[in-house]
Amino acid sequence: MTTAAITAPTVQGEPHGGGVLTRARWVVSDTLTLTRRNLLAITRIPEALFFSTIQPIMFVLLFRYVFGGAIAIPGGLPYVDYLMPGIFVQTVAFGAVSTSIGLAEDLQKGLIERFRALPMSRGAVLTGRTTADVVRNVFVVIIITGVGLAVGFRPSTGALSYTAAILLILLFAYALSWGFAVIGLSAPNSETAQVMSFPILFPLTFISSAFVPVEKMPSWLQGFATYQPVSVTVSACRALMVGSQVTGQSTWFWTSRSLFWSALFLIVLIPLAIRRYRTRT
Amino acid sequence: MTFAIEAENLQKTFTGKREVRALDGVSFAVEEGTVFGLLGPNGSGKTTAVRVLTTILRPDGGTARVLGNDVQKKAGLVRTLIGLAGQYAAVDENLTGRENIQMVGNLNHLERDVVAQRAVELLRQFDLTDAGDRPLKTYSGGMRRRLDLAAALVARPTVLFLDEPTTGLDPQSRNDLWEVIEQLVGDGTTVLLTTQYLEEADRLASRLAVLDHGRVIAEGTPASMKADLGATVLEVGLPSIDDARRTGVILDGLGPHSSLVSGTLVEVTVDNGPLAAMMALRSLDGEGITPSTFNLREPSLDDVFLSLTGHRTEEDEEGTGDEPPDRKRRRRRMRQAEQAMPVATGELTR
Repeated sequence: MTTAAITAPTVQGEPHGGGVLTRARWVVSDTLTLTRRNLLAITRIPEALFFSTIQPIMFVLLFRYVFGGAIAIPGGLPYVDYLMPGIFVQTVAFGAVSTSIGLAEDLQKGLIERFRALPMSRGAVLTGRTTADVVRNVFVVIIITGVGLAVGFRPSTGALSYTAAILLILLFAYALSWGFAVIGLSAPNSETAQVMSFPILFPLTFISSAFVPVEKMPSWLQGFATYQPVSVTVSACRALMVGSQVTGQSTWFWTSRSLFWSALFLIVLIPLAIRRYRTRT
Repeated sequence: MTFAIEAENLQKTFTGKREVRALDGVSFAVEEGTVFGLLGPNGSGKTTAVRVLTTILRPDGGTARVLGNDVQKKAGLVRTLIGLAGQYAAVDENLTGRENIQMVGNLNHLERDVVAQRAVELLRQFDLTDAGDRPLKTYSGGMRRRLDLAAALVARPTVLFLDEPTTGLDPQSRNDLWEVIEQLVGDGTTVLLTTQYLEEADRLASRLAVLDHGRVIAEGTPASMKADLGATVLEVGLPSIDDARRTGVILDGLGPHSSLVSGTLVEVTVDNGPLAAMMALRSLDGEGITPSTFNLREPSLDDVFLSLTGHRTEEDEEGTGDEPPDRKRRRRRMRQAEQAMPVATGELTR
């Protein structure tokens, strides 16, 4: 049996192996292709876009006008100023669930099967998904900023500090996306991916300093509620947006801990997600 | 002789709740520029074979080559040479047809203007130009399959894998897709096609391998297989089981295989349908038996299996094993009906 090895004429650059530069270029271009695809999908389901925008707005209104009156903030900070940093982090955390659902759906529908047979970069399915999350979250924080200002949120530390808080939120959300990517790749289908996400999400967002001061919680809960990843990120944003007095520690104290959690998540979760992607058949 | 696809002793066992030997030493070779059909029921290993050959799945043993390149060692190169269209129409629901094609083109690292141009060409070729900028949600099943195939062709693959391309399609859409596939082969593309339909394999493939429980149980041209099998199935329904038993004996000599009696239905595969029908009716008349139905139909995959293995196709490897037997039987009957369209009922009942 003789066979002729044939190289594909239509593919630019070297078809396989290739230089490091070619490979790096493909990682970027494949990531962008799939980022675009994921973002287009968001715009194509206006209902989903509408309701995912409504949800944080409802949370703002609910806590601002319904629960807020019953929550006293030590030091006399208006509740809305206490609340908004919490809303930011809670919203991007909830939004990360869409990564787990989206990946599970792609697996279910055979789209990832097709991707695997293409000469594309292996990791692009994951980087495309998480990059799309970052773009979406940029819009989310802009919307929430607008809503916050409309209900009386008054950031008092200056534009630079506020921007730093936003960047911290985006980084934290990016780290969470990789975690939910792992969940999406482990779930048998998209419904299960969603169900699997909430038992992780609820304790993290609600047993936290996002909506209420932890001093009112039972003492055995306070340690977790103060130092878990969502809480330190909320506290860091609070310090950066309205001043560190209400947070009990310095701005850097919280910021450094939030950065630590985000870095730890990325270091652990990116290899884990890539491994899950490789081994999932 | 140059082979575009070679599979040598492929092995794959899935472990899970139940161990399934999906590939149990599968070997075959596909000549360049031809259509090769992998024929088999659900769970016979067709899709697993395609997944190995398209670099998606790592086999436990054996080797596979595409245009001489090992699919394991040179997976990256192989992926630039192949196209894959699957039975589940792996397309993105939320994108338009054009966007789907362009996405696959971009992921093949084609030049930007080439991608745009290919999208226009392919949409035209598959009769999707008008629907090209509509989201896929609005597409019919047949349109989705065509788009799936179009996306698989964007980088002009030399070797194309089609995993049950027409399963679940209506006859018209199936015919349309067959025509497109025939065109492709005319252009020199090598095609590996998996199918459950003997009719489809017969129409498109120049060589066939029949898979059963992860093994190749027969290989040859469709013509040689049909010759072995008998080209037509004569199906006679009788008013009573007793009549059926007697008819079974009478019809036994008509084809290369003995007749099959199930309940009040007698089936026998024959080479010359009309001639056998004439002889059968004459003999039955002579014995004083009047059939209640009398059909000539093309042999189905079930018939091939029956003659090759002595058993009917079983669907017990993809989670359907726990099904109650009556449901399984009903499904099988439905599938048979779907596969075997009567070819001469009109003339004979006249």
